[in-house]
Amino acid sequence: MATGNDQIYYQEGTEGQHVHEEEHHHGNFITTYIFSTDHKMIAKQYLFTGIMWAFLGGLLSIIFRLQLGFPGMDMSFLKPILGGWINETGNLDPTFYLALVTMHGTIMVFFVLTAGLSGTFSNYLIPLQIGARDMASGFMNMLSYWFFFLASMVMLYSLFIETGPAAGGWVVYPPLSALPQAIPGSGTGMTLWLVAMVFFIVSQLMGGINYISTVINLRTKGMSFSRLPLTIWSFFLTAIIGLLSFPVLFAGALLLVFDRSFGTSFYLSEIYIAGEALPNVGGSPLLYQHLFWFLGHPEVYIVLLPALGITSEVIATNARKPIFGYRAMVGSMIGITILSFVVWAHHMFVSGLNPFLGSIFMFLTLIIAVPSAVKVFNYLTTLWKGNLIFTPAMLFSIGLVSLFISGGLTGIFLGNAAIDIQLHDTYFVVAHFHLVMGSVSFFGLMAGVYHWFPKMYGRMMDNTLGYIHFWATFVGVYLVFFPMHYIGIAGFPRRYYSFTAFDPFNAFVDMNMFISVAAILTFGAQAIFAFNFFYSMFKGKKAPANPWRSNTLEWSTPRFPEHGNWPGAIPMVYRWPYDYSKPDAKEDFIPQYVPFSATPESNLPHEEDTYGIEMEGEETKKMDEPHAK
Amino acid sequence: MATTTTSVHQEEVSDKNLWGGGVSPLKVSYGKLMMWFFLLSDAFTFSALLIAYGMSRYAYPAFQGAVDEYVFSQAYWPIPEKVFEAVPFLHGIDLPLVFVGIMTFILILSSVTMVLAVEAGHRMDRKAVTKWMMWTIIGGVTFLSCQAWEWSHFIHGTEEGGRMLDGSIFHGANLVMNQYGPPLFADLFFFITGFHGFHVTTGVVLNILIFYQSAVGKLERRGHYEMVEKVGLYWHFVDLVWVFVFTFFYLI
Repeated sequence: MATGNDQIYYQEGTEGQHVHEEEHHHGNFITTYIFSTDHKMIAKQYLFTGIMWAFLGGLLSIIFRLQLGFPGMDMSFLKPILGGWINETGNLDPTFYLALVTMHGTIMVFFVLTAGLSGTFSNYLIPLQIGARDMASGFMNMLSYWFFFLASMVMLYSLFIETGPAAGGWVVYPPLSALPQAIPGSGTGMTLWLVAMVFFIVSQLMGGINYISTVINLRTKGMSFSRLPLTIWSFFLTAIIGLLSFPVLFAGALLLVFDRSFGTSFYLSEIYIAGEALPNVGGSPLLYQHLFWFLGHPEVYIVLLPALGITSEVIATNARKPIFGYRAMVGSMIGITILSFVVWAHHMFVSGLNPFLGSIFMFLTLIIAVPSAVKVFNYLTTLWKGNLIFTPAMLFSIGLVSLFISGGLTGIFLGNAAIDIQLHDTYFVVAHFHLVMGSVSFFGLMAGVYHWFPKMYGRMMDNTLGYIHFWATFVGVYLVFFPMHYIGIAGFPRRYYSFTAFDPFNAFVDMNMFISVAAILTFGAQAIFAFNFFYSMFKGKKAPANPWRSNTLEWSTPRFPEHGNWPGAIPMVYRWPYDYSKPDAKEDFIPQYVPFSATPESNLPHEEDTYGIEMEGEETKKMDEPHAK
Repeated sequence: MATTTTSVHQEEVSDKNLWGGGVSPLKVSYGKLMMWFFLLSDAFTFSALLIAYGMSRYAYPAFQGAVDEYVFSQAYWPIPEKVFEAVPFLHGIDLPLVFVGIMTFILILSSVTMVLAVEAGHRMDRKAVTKWMMWTIIGGVTFLSCQAWEWSHFIHGTEEGGRMLDGSIFHGANLVMNQYGPPLFADLFFFITGFHGFHVTTGVVLNILIFYQSAVGKLERRGHYEMVEKVGLYWHFVDLVWVFVFTFFYLI
């Protein structure tokens, strides 16, 4: 009985793949570009939305950086855009400053580095690199984007309402976020924030279960987990983290909605506000912090892991060397995934957490340094004595490694409960996470765009502009965030509108000014990227089939892959994706679809044993020959 | 085991290359896989809510003293048996947890009928699938109706009511005031059982869809009844969650 059932399911699995093969339909404008179920188009939609958000999020930070660098400056020239948020004397409204900080964080963390990074590259690369026609469910994938779009629209709308967007910090701690009378931003702006986040979580959930199911079920023949490119490993683990952590934020956000709108007391207790005692008793704001950080910390790895995965691929390709320690890389990513769930309370060391618990969380937090260091050493050893080709993507990847080291080191400071008491909520923290999470993920995103642009649009991006963009961004990021460490150690709290009222802080006015100027220049440099991106899309040099001489399967597709990716059968996979500069090989790369029987000169003794197994896929092999050359 | 030796042999070969790509390694379709992962995610949502319940509850003292002397008070967490002791048409009789026991039994029974529907699907027996889906829907709707009565009774309260902190007497409960104990007890009760009830409602809607597709022969034409299995997974999950909700709110 049981065997009979299993056979049915087995057939269905393969049947599902065949159904996709027949989907070479040419849709109209709406089904091709808007409500598309093609993973490649959905990825581009995510990328466009992500770039739009990145510029907006960056712009918000420039506005508050102006206030920080030049306290009390006359911003009347912004009145046409910001209207009432510039007050009578031409200063930035202090409550709007808080809203700017909040929205900058929310937009960058969720809309750019979660949706823009993982949404773009998980969608684009998973089917192409594992050898699948599309995601397991194209329809759910489309829904996932449109829920994200809906979340984007609600969040964008909240920027334009009279009381302003949410202003309680991107972590939206109650009671500040729960009481509309606390600050203007906790009114309608906060409601819209929560609505947008609920849609966002739904989008993440639909995307995530799709990525996971696709990687498990739709790998082409021969693509075992130990032959998966590290990009796919990172997207797979990212999706698992999102799947398990976002629902907890979902629960926490729903409880907050009830506290705000329906009079419950989950997070509220014994509060006096404006001389009035609120009726709420019994709740605990700490409950929210636990629920939030159970997502919030894994979220760091949701934005980080895809960037690290992309870097592994780009560095191995452009160093013309196999990635050093493939298994160690996978192992450390799994280690990071598991550990990411048991460290959340290190964000709460000063919240009145039991110091004993604090020491446990400190211990667990510091363990994360081990897999992180393994990854860094593996990047460095991959680069070591490689034939480095400095494409813009490669530069961004090397830049990523540099930022990961310098930002990661300060994580060891902050993970210590005792040191965190001094540094908590200062600019030291801001410096730390902007380097290790913000910049690293952003560099990963950029590396990915430069590397896969030829596949996405069939054209090359301009290298010179790419180099200028890289150096301006790399130097700029260090100039912005490195001085913040000193300011933080000096005790500057984050999220403050102005420091000039405190004498000791006046000594740092120059440094704040310097940071602001550097931030404006770095932000301005991104225009180079925008120009390069859009110009190359239409006018760039035509891309060859495999511009980086890379091993992974996406480069075996035609220049403009249609829905279904490969015109013939899906190529079969015979080897891992990192056969670069293999001794005695004819070329310095051997793509994954080349069987060992075709490369007798370079095979290692144990690889010749696999000849027999390859014969099983004889009929598939014939089909991919046109792409092999 | 009616399998021949050759098919056993084939199975061994395919097991060896199970994770080598080109096959579904867990021997389930992607749709079922997605349902499993959705349920895993949903389990974390409910876990978060139940942990929130635990944290809130243990912030309050429990009632100390003899059970006979128990009265509702804002000072301690109520004893569930004293709160949920009413049964429709048996007004004034103290029947602790009887009604919710019946509800739970009905929901579990609907899981049994769901299993029978899935089993009938394996046999490609359209009539039986339709019949058992029908019973599952009836079970789900009955559970929801019982919950509606339970909520209504909880909201309207008892004749004696309970003493609020300001000394007044309040009857029943809402999201702000609660005769049975601290407001958080009512808040969590409404939120968590409500959230679960929403899941049951969704499940009933899905069941009706599948019932319809089975009744008109759509699933038969498709050649398999896997959709029944998928909604079955969801339905069993919702039942399992209820077991936890029941344990937390009513038993301990």
